[in-house]
Amino acid sequence: MAYKHYILVCGGTSCDSNQGAKLSESLKKEIESAGLANDTQLVRTGCFGFCEKGPIVKILPEGTFYVQVKPEDAKAIVAEHIVKGNKVTRLLYDNKQSKLHVNINDIDFYQKQFRIVLRNCGVIDPDSIDEYIARDGYAALEKALFEMTPETIIKEIDKSGLRGRGGAGFPTGKKWQFSRGVQADQKYIICNADEGDPGAYMDRSTLEGDPHSVMEAMMIAGRAVGASKGIIYIRAEYPLAIKRLETAIGQSRKYGLLGTKILGSDFNFDIEMRFGAGAFVCGEETALIASIEGNRGMPTPRPPFPAVKGLWGKPTVINNVETLANVPMIILKGGDWFSRIGTATSKGTKVFALTGKIKNSGLIEVPMGTTLREIIFDIGGGIRDGKKFKAAQTGGPSGGVIPPEFLDTPIDYETLSKIGSIMGSGGLIVMDEDDCIVDVVKFYLDFTVDESCGKCAPCRIGGRTLHNTLVRITDGKGETADIDQLKTISQAMQRASLCGLGQTAPNPIISTLRYFMDEYKEHIDSKKCRAGKCKNLLCYTINPEKCVGCTACARVCPAAAITGERKKAHVIDPAKCIKCGQCHDVCKFSAVLRS
Amino acid sequence: MKKMTLDDLRKLRQQKKDELDKRGPDNKTTQVTVGMGTCGVAAGAKETLSAITDEIEKLKIKAVLVRQTGCMGLCHAEPTVEVTAPGMPTVIYGKVDASIGRKIVTDHLAGKRLLDNQICDKPAADIVR
Repeated sequence: MAYKHYILVCGGTSCDSNQGAKLSESLKKEIESAGLANDTQLVRTGCFGFCEKGPIVKILPEGTFYVQVKPEDAKAIVAEHIVKGNKVTRLLYDNKQSKLHVNINDIDFYQKQFRIVLRNCGVIDPDSIDEYIARDGYAALEKALFEMTPETIIKEIDKSGLRGRGGAGFPTGKKWQFSRGVQADQKYIICNADEGDPGAYMDRSTLEGDPHSVMEAMMIAGRAVGASKGIIYIRAEYPLAIKRLETAIGQSRKYGLLGTKILGSDFNFDIEMRFGAGAFVCGEETALIASIEGNRGMPTPRPPFPAVKGLWGKPTVINNVETLANVPMIILKGGDWFSRIGTATSKGTKVFALTGKIKNSGLIEVPMGTTLREIIFDIGGGIRDGKKFKAAQTGGPSGGVIPPEFLDTPIDYETLSKIGSIMGSGGLIVMDEDDCIVDVVKFYLDFTVDESCGKCAPCRIGGRTLHNTLVRITDGKGETADIDQLKTISQAMQRASLCGLGQTAPNPIISTLRYFMDEYKEHIDSKKCRAGKCKNLLCYTINPEKCVGCTACARVCPAAAITGERKKAHVIDPAKCIKCGQCHDVCKFSAVLRS
Repeated sequence: MKKMTLDDLRKLRQQKKDELDKRGPDNKTTQVTVGMGTCGVAAGAKETLSAITDEIEKLKIKAVLVRQTGCMGLCHAEPTVEVTAPGMPTVIYGKVDASIGRKIVTDHLAGKRLLDNQICDKPAADIVR
């Protein structure tokens, strides 16, 4: 026998410390004394994320949402709400605006996300074309084939204001228009699924969760520009996404949604996959084309742009996965609808892979113009372990860091570039006080040096020199002149590199020099790393007054650098110490000092 | 199979829509959905899925549809499982390992009780305003 009512009490740490446990007890007692134990189930849940208004109580099935509930409110909830069916008005969430929020879906806190790209992700079975069709799948293709002309399709995309989600933000409608305007016997649509930024997994998740939406968009693009072939360029390291795409392509062919005379129209289109071997530079359009053609993945100068002269010398539209996933919804709901979402210059939503020192890491989709604070503190639940927010990194190795003073800046293409970062493909890595900025930048440079194809000197030599300089600084061998050198080389690389990889590789350095110069200076002048990340700048010592001689540190030391008699103060030999920090972590008496 | 015409596609869409509508809290079919993106699989969703199907067979529970989906977006709580059962609120459970998967079957599906300490909130209202 199912229950009639469910009372959900938030069991998150924050609510719990706010008498949440006592509240559960009182509710349980009230339910029992009202004789409702067979009707009502009391459930403890994970964190609702709305900690500032905790403890939270949610009543199902009606979805009533009570905030700041105290143990003494238990009686009212049971006696009024459960027994009589009256809402306890004084406990409803009131944001001091027009009306009280009764239902969870009325609360703006839970309305921060808005899913267009991820509309089917986590909802449908990605291996079932039927479920996709049931959620209006291929209805946009229908419309594009039978109710629209190539010109009106492009016009609609143009009107929507959709811009490339791969990072550069080029208007998608314009790209299609260029390709449409070129006469050729064959044109191509390429889906760029060569997602490579460290910590970014938006495109993988989209393809794994909703492969048909991207395929449908490629068909619509094909119809718009006059292409009959689509190629999905995907990295071989995404086996599950590849498998789901293979299944999806097979299903569409079987239904005749790919092939000749699709749905009885005169439109022909087929899709195949090409696998990338994991070279980061192959996400760049011209290198990607070279890779498909069987050549080394190296960029070539533009123009000519691929939209005019691309794969096998034919006009080629290259769109990123997320860009494409927007297209069916724009065709179905109209460009006007889409252009109402977002900011003046950046329309629609953006998917972010929210990772790093964040409580609730996740795959999120928010309207353009959402602030970093809303993303990190509302959706992400704030910084883990109560640490302090230091910076957020967007755009991966081509992006920059955003310091705390810009937490309230609405995020779109323009504002991000104004504050020295970029939108990028959607990786958003949160850093706390334990992260060393110079060390993080070194990591990104290490990545771009590794991934540089080596064709042009600014990127090949410049990147290496930058990296070497950063290694010197983090090793405690930095000099004041290094800062100027970092700046000069960075500017040269930005101007002279052949492709986006080299042009943007110095971005992490430039943006951190702007906001975290004091940390560079500390490393260079005082040979100090405030986060304790740069090992060579650390020194471990034992405070003889606190040390009780328990020998725990000596036993854990892998270098046998700690000596001392039992029950007497121990000593670390700095010559032998490898600065692994294990003694520091194991000491129960805070006697091991790190400086 | 012969190629689909426009009418075929529309008919299929309507038919599948009706089928989907039948799986809801107000209807007869119970639905257990396991998030099986790379993220979920890496966190052990395959073990969770087989534990759930195994337990359902063991208890001989009828009219349950166990299905997979992509990433639900709750990376911090993988593997995630959504349960829609007749007469009960639809919930998402987080951090569902094999043993919690079995508990979902015994407690939620058979016992009609929600599980303690495992419920996560849906990241966003389902779709487009």
